[in-house]
Amino acid sequence: MSDGMDQVRTLADQKYKYGFVTDIEADVAPKGLNEDIVAFISAKKGEPDWLLAWRLKAYRLWLTQSEPTWGRLHHAPIDYQDSYYYSAPKRKDGPKSLDEVDPKLLETYEKLGVPLHERAILAGVAVDAVFDSVSVATTYKGKLEEMGVIFTSMSEAVAKHPELVRKYLGSVVPYADNYFATLNSAVFTDGSFVYVPPGVRCPMELSTYFRINAQNTGQFERTLIIADRGSYVSYLEGCTAPMRDENQLHAAVVELVALDDAEIKYSTVQNWYPGDENGKGGIYNFVTKRGACRGRASRISWTQVETGSAITWKYPSCILQGDDSVGEFYSVAITNNYQQADTGTKMIHLGRNTRSRIVSKGVSAGHADNTYRGLVRIMPKAERARNHTQCDSLLIGDQCGAHTTPYIESRNPTARLEHEATTSKISEDQLFYARQRGLSQEEAVALIVNGFCREVLQQLPMEFAVEAQKLLAISLEGSVG
Amino acid sequence: MLEIKNLQATIDGKEILKGIDLVIPDGEVHAIMGPNGSGKSTLSYVLAGRDGYQVTGGSAHYRGQDLLALNTEERARLGVFLAFQYPVEIPGVTGINFLKTAVNAVRRSRGESELDAMQFLKLARKKAKELGVGEEMLRRAVNTGFSGGEKKRYEALQMALLEPSLLILDETDSGLDIDALKVVSEGVVALRSPKRAMLVITHYQRILDYIIPDRVHVLAGGKIVQSGSKELAQELERTGYAQFTGQAA
Ligand SMILES: Nc1ncnc2c1ncn2[C@@H]1O[C@H](COP(=O)(O)OP(=O)(O)OP(=O)(O)O)[C@@H](O)[C@H]1O
Ligand SMILES: [Mg+2]
Repeated sequence: MSDGMDQVRTLADQKYKYGFVTDIEADVAPKGLNEDIVAFISAKKGEPDWLLAWRLKAYRLWLTQSEPTWGRLHHAPIDYQDSYYYSAPKRKDGPKSLDEVDPKLLETYEKLGVPLHERAILAGVAVDAVFDSVSVATTYKGKLEEMGVIFTSMSEAVAKHPELVRKYLGSVVPYADNYFATLNSAVFTDGSFVYVPPGVRCPMELSTYFRINAQNTGQFERTLIIADRGSYVSYLEGCTAPMRDENQLHAAVVELVALDDAEIKYSTVQNWYPGDENGKGGIYNFVTKRGACRGRASRISWTQVETGSAITWKYPSCILQGDDSVGEFYSVAITNNYQQADTGTKMIHLGRNTRSRIVSKGVSAGHADNTYRGLVRIMPKAERARNHTQCDSLLIGDQCGAHTTPYIESRNPTARLEHEATTSKISEDQLFYARQRGLSQEEAVALIVNGFCREVLQQLPMEFAVEAQKLLAISLEGSVG
Repeated sequence: MLEIKNLQATIDGKEILKGIDLVIPDGEVHAIMGPNGSGKSTLSYVLAGRDGYQVTGGSAHYRGQDLLALNTEERARLGVFLAFQYPVEIPGVTGINFLKTAVNAVRRSRGESELDAMQFLKLARKKAKELGVGEEMLRRAVNTGFSGGEKKRYEALQMALLEPSLLILDETDSGLDIDALKVVSEGVVALRSPKRAMLVITHYQRILDYIIPDRVHVLAGGKIVQSGSKELAQELERTGYAQFTGQAA
C-alpha cells in the first residue's frame, strides 16, 4: 500500500484535538469548512462520540479526494470554503406543534404552495419539514407512533434511536463512497429518519419538504429509511427554492434498507431554482441515493421527477442482495435553457432471480444537456437475473442535447437483459396539428411532454402526480417559438 | 363568409399559390378538385396558418377578420377547422386528454364554461358513437397506430366535437371504406347550417353525392382555373385534368 494511503488511514483514525474556536451558542457557523466546523455541527446536535468520530473520518478522507469528473457536466469550480455549513432557525427549542412554529416560516411555505397544516390534514400526509438544516415541525407523529413507525428528523433519531442509526447509517452509502457522499457524511446537518417495524404497512405517505433558505448555505441532508420484514412505506420528497443568483451546493445522501418481503417506494419531485434563461445562478445538486434490497423478495422503487437545479448529478440505485428482490427506477428529467442533468441509476444484481426495471424519460429544451447514465451489473451468483431498461429522450428545438450512456456488465450467462432506447423530437407537424385544434403552443408542448412522461408520472402518488404535471408545463415555459 | 382575394404563397421560395380568388358565403359548401401537387393542401395550410408557408400577396378574410394576421390557434378558436389529409400522430397523448384540452381551449375563447372530465366524456362518447369511432380509440394515443381510415374518422370526430364554423376537409374521403364514407359524410352534413361555410377538397365525386356542393372549383397550377355547379365534378370524373394541366403549365 502506498504512503499516501497510509497517511490517509492515520489521518482518518486521529481524534479531534483542536478544541472549539466556534461559539457553540452561535446560530450560524462561520463560513468555511475545517475540523472545527465538523465538531461544531456535531456538538450543536449533542451527538455521541462515535458519530463525531465517523464525521471526522469522513472529513479527513474528503480532503484527499477530488470531485468526480466523469459526468457530462460543466460548471465553474466550487469553492467549498465559501459556504456556511450550519445555520439554525431562530427558535432555540424545537416547537411541539405547528402553533409554535414561526409564522414567518409557515408563510414561506404558503408562498411555495406548501400550506403545511392544510396539506398535512387534508391529504393525510405526515410532514417532517426541513427548513434550512434543522427540523422545525413534525406532524402526525402520534398516529405513526401507535403503529410503531418512527418518522423523525435525523438528529432526533440519533438521540432517541442511536442503536438503529448506528446499525444502518453508512451501511448502504459508506462514508468513503464518493466525494459528495463523503462530504455529506462529514457535515450533514439533518434529514429524515424512518423505521417501519415488521409487518407494518405505513398508513400514510410520508413526506418531507426540503427547502434551501439562508444565503450560501450548502445543504447536506441525510435520510435513512429502514423497512423491516414484511413492511411497506411510501416516502415523498419534494423541494422548491426561491429565486437566487448565486450557485448553491446541495449534496444529499439517502439510504434505504429493505429487509425480507419489505417494500419501499421513494418518490421525488425536485424543482430547485434552475438558474435564469442565460444560465446564471441555480442550484448544484450532487446527490447520492441508494437502496439495499437486503432481504429476500424485498422491493425498492425510485421515482423521480427532476425539473430544477442548474446541475443534477444523481443516480438512485438498488443493490439487489436478497434472492427474488426487485429494484425499479422511474425517472423524468427535464432540462431547459442552460440546465445540465446527468442522471440515471445503478442496478446491482447479487441475489438469484433478482429483477430490475428502468424507465427513463429525458426531456431537453433550449440549450440544455440531458444525459442518462445507467449501469446494470449482474454478479456471478445472480442466477436468472432480469433487467429491462427503457430510455427515451425527447428534444424540443435543435440546440439541446440528449445522451444515453448505458453500461451493462453481465457475469452470469443466465441473465436476461433488454434495453430499448428512443430519441424523438416534438415535431412542427405535431405542434401545428394541436394548435389547429385550438391549443396554444405551450398547452401543446405540455400535453406532449406529459404524454411522453406518463409511464413515470403514473408511478407517483396521486396528488404528487398532479403537481408534477403542472411542474413539467412550468419548467418548459418559453421553450418553443 | 370566407373571402380569399388573389392569394399567393410560397414554400421555401417556391411559388405554389399563384393568385387564388374564392368566396364561400355562410351556409354554402364549395368543393375544390384538382390534380396532385396543384396546391390544394397548401391552400388549406395557408388558411389554417401553418409555419413555413409565406404569403406573398393577396388576402384572406373570414367573417370580416383578417385571417392572415392571426396565429394558428387564434384562427382555430375563431372557428376554422382543418381536417388533415395526413393526420399527425401524437404518441403518449390520449385522445380524451387531447380533445378535452382542445374543446376547452375553444370554449374558453368563446367565453363559455369549460367542460369537466365527466361532461366531456359523455359528449365524446355520444359523438364517437355517431361517427362509428370505437370508444377504445379515445383512450389510445392520438392517431398513433391508427389505420388510414381510422385517422379520417377521427378527424371527423374532432370536427363534430369542436363544432367549427369554417370547415376545411382535405381529402377526408381518401382511405375511407364505403360504409365509413357514408357515416363520415353524414356527420359532415349534420354540421351543415346557414351559419357554417365548408370547403371540401377531394379527388372523387363520390363524397359529393352525400355532401352536395353549391360550387365546384378546379385548382390547377396554383390557380382556380374553372368553377361551376355540382355537375362539374361529374364532368371532371369523365374528362380528367388534362385540359387544365396543359393550360396551367
Ligand atoms: N416543404 C415543401 N418544399 C417544397 N415544395 C413543397 C413543400 N410542400 C409542398 N410542396 C410542393 O407544393 C406543391 C403543392 O402541394 P400540395 O400538397 O398543396 O398539393 P395538393 O394539391 O394538395 O396535392 P394532392 O392532391 O397530391 O394532395 C407540390 O408540388 C409540392 O411538392
Ligand atoms: Mg393535398
